[in-house]
Amino acid sequence: MHEGGFLFQAFVYLTAAVVSVPVAKKLGLGSVLGYLIAGVIIGPFVLGLVGSEGQDVMQFAEFGIIMMLFLIGLELEPAMIWKLKGSILGMGGAQVSTTALLLMAIALFFGLQWQTALALGLVLALSSTAIVLQTLHEKGLMQTDGGQNSFSVLLFQDIAIIPILALLPLLATGHGMEHGSHGESGHGAGTTWIDGLPIWGQTVAVLGVVAGIILAGKYLINPAFRLIAKTRLRELFTAAALLLVVAITIMMGKVGLSPALGAFIAGVVLAQSEYRHELETDIEPFKGLLLGLFFISVGASIDFNVVTANPILIFELVGALLLLKFLVLAVIGRIFGMSFDNILLFALALAEGGEFAFVLFSFGLNNGVFEASLVNPLIAVVALSMAMTPLLVLLNEKLVQPRFGTVEREEKAPDTIDRKSRVIIAGFGTVGSTVGRFMQANDEEATYLDIDPDNVDLLRKMGLKVFYGDASRSDLLKAAGAADAELLIIAVDNGEKAVQIAETARKYFPHLDIIARTSGWEESFELIDIGVKNVHLDTLDAALRIGSDALSRLGHRKYHVMRAMKTFRRYEERHLHELAEMRHDKKELIRATKQRIEDLEELMLKESEELHKDKDLGWDASGHMADEKHMRS
Amino acid sequence: MRKVLILFAHPALEKSRVNRQLIKEIDAIEGVTFHDLYEEYPDMDIDVKAEQDLLMKHDVILFQYPFFLFGVPAFLKEWMDLVLVHGWAFGKNGNALKGKWACHVVTTGGSKTSYAKEGYNRFTMRELLAPLEQACCLCGMQFLPPYVIHGTNVMEPERIQQHTMHYRSMLQLLADRNFNPESLKGLDNLIDQFRKG
Repeated sequence: MHEGGFLFQAFVYLTAAVVSVPVAKKLGLGSVLGYLIAGVIIGPFVLGLVGSEGQDVMQFAEFGIIMMLFLIGLELEPAMIWKLKGSILGMGGAQVSTTALLLMAIALFFGLQWQTALALGLVLALSSTAIVLQTLHEKGLMQTDGGQNSFSVLLFQDIAIIPILALLPLLATGHGMEHGSHGESGHGAGTTWIDGLPIWGQTVAVLGVVAGIILAGKYLINPAFRLIAKTRLRELFTAAALLLVVAITIMMGKVGLSPALGAFIAGVVLAQSEYRHELETDIEPFKGLLLGLFFISVGASIDFNVVTANPILIFELVGALLLLKFLVLAVIGRIFGMSFDNILLFALALAEGGEFAFVLFSFGLNNGVFEASLVNPLIAVVALSMAMTPLLVLLNEKLVQPRFGTVEREEKAPDTIDRKSRVIIAGFGTVGSTVGRFMQANDEEATYLDIDPDNVDLLRKMGLKVFYGDASRSDLLKAAGAADAELLIIAVDNGEKAVQIAETARKYFPHLDIIARTSGWEESFELIDIGVKNVHLDTLDAALRIGSDALSRLGHRKYHVMRAMKTFRRYEERHLHELAEMRHDKKELIRATKQRIEDLEELMLKESEELHKDKDLGWDASGHMADEKHMRS
Repeated sequence: MRKVLILFAHPALEKSRVNRQLIKEIDAIEGVTFHDLYEEYPDMDIDVKAEQDLLMKHDVILFQYPFFLFGVPAFLKEWMDLVLVHGWAFGKNGNALKGKWACHVVTTGGSKTSYAKEGYNRFTMRELLAPLEQACCLCGMQFLPPYVIHGTNVMEPERIQQHTMHYRSMLQLLADRNFNPESLKGLDNLIDQFRKG
């Protein structure tokens, strides 16, 4: 431990994260880069607050990657994986083998022995699951073709760790051999159980463990969680969820498999469990913290002494590694028929070295595959290449933007581009497309902006005036015709983005009338603060329709239900604006919200009485007005 | 068997005393179709074609509603404006309703005596219903005297029960092919049919 022990270290790491991540976010760099920079700053080279224990911390923090894969598994159902099998095996296989062979060839050219060269190729062919997935997720690019394929390749790489770990000892060239001990395999696990077994025995053991995870996930874990859930102790459930992931990690480590892969399998098996969302919310904060810690330790572990000793060589190596992997990935993307945008994303995202390289390097070092003089600079190269990735993705985003409007024009494009729309719709998801179709049906053609390149290409082919791009950028709004348009409809499903778009529009195109769709109160308040008057909660109408349907089914008169629904909606929307004014005072907000709920209930009851007074009692029912003159003779 | 369509319009049936009793199991009477407009179209989005098809299938059209400020409830007027259109119900080629019988079944809070020249409401029911009568005439329908139940504001349950039975008898009568509605035309209020007998 560095000075001060555990608490001091925790203080340093947490301060670094809390300070640098918001700054990085504000600068538009994304959290991963923020963590990495924090790591560099507290690392031995700048402040020296953390030192050699960085490696230990990293091993602990790699647990975050395992959790991340568990969570990803939870999101995927087996059928989905089956659908991805082509890209997992095809693209993943092609990427790992081609990259490894090319790297090997280069290493051979520089005079390394073939065994070392092959090992080097395999290790450097891997990419960083943690950085890529976190970055893509944060940018909302996971669902694009490029994101999906990146995920497939990363999944293949995770599987490929197994044979690589098995292969490395066979590639030992003799020097530095330390009694053939296996050091650590996988993440932080001790020696494996199955070293002594023959190859077939190892295979059986490996398959047995995987089958065990699947069977336990299917038949054992659900009842166990049910028992735990019955105790109604939330923290116990969290403990059980953590226990599950830890247990898988140990199990997988014992048979020499990648724990991340094991956790992923467990996640997939549990994807259909009723406890899926509970598990997700319980693991999520741990994953986030540990992953952050991991990125910090990657930043801290960059050995700038190695770098400064030979800066040109190191940066040449980083550049060469990124370029080579980029080219291989780009060719693969082309062969698999991806679009230009997606190839760029896919190839840039996966061009770096991966965290497994650290593990494999030390494993290879212990097994006499590598020499320290070779490994030390390469570790710095891998770490630097990892740090470059969020930057590259960011640059890609800024470089791709000029592509705006330069999408290959379809045959009938010119006339549609000439015609000016009065309306711009940002976001072409379910909401945006329905709004657009409704408007088009009423002869109001809109210009669309969407951030998903595949979606854009598809819609363009369908003849719609869709542009790729981030509508929170003023230049993009301008290109979409914001200067001449009258109305901007913000239909994106990301609240933060919606607020950004509104801010940009208010600042640069104040004449634009804005209608915004929002998913929550908080973002609605922010939009109202900016000055957007027409804010529509996307769930409000659906919820009221469901409520109305329910009341009708219970026998309430439909006309009454409809009037009640409209009253309710009117008040709900009014409250939104009233509450927006006091949103900065949390206490006051809660009090006022509570008060308004009570008021509304009272009002609805009163109003439903009055409805009858107006339209029923006066003319058709009881005698309270019978003394009125017109009722008498 | 004549087919009778009741176009029922009541915006707050849940608090009604008289109309709610009148329409109870009214659908079960042979030949009678009960069409609850406010329930069918709570958002007032009328399916005009479906309404016109429904009208075509019937021989007697009854408009049943509480009298609001000397007129039909708002939605019934909306229904008339949208469904009884030129070219279908009247005008050139507009003869879809020709020869059908029409009748307004109205409940009023005020007493019978208030609906007279000397009464508080200054006009008779027949006078107040004149625009509606002319609307039916325009569509080529034969307008029967209105079926008016007065004094619903102060009506005892036994009286409501009696009215319910009378109304059912009237419906059965109208549905009967052997009965000629022509014979009702001389009445002031169709309800008098039962007063006499």
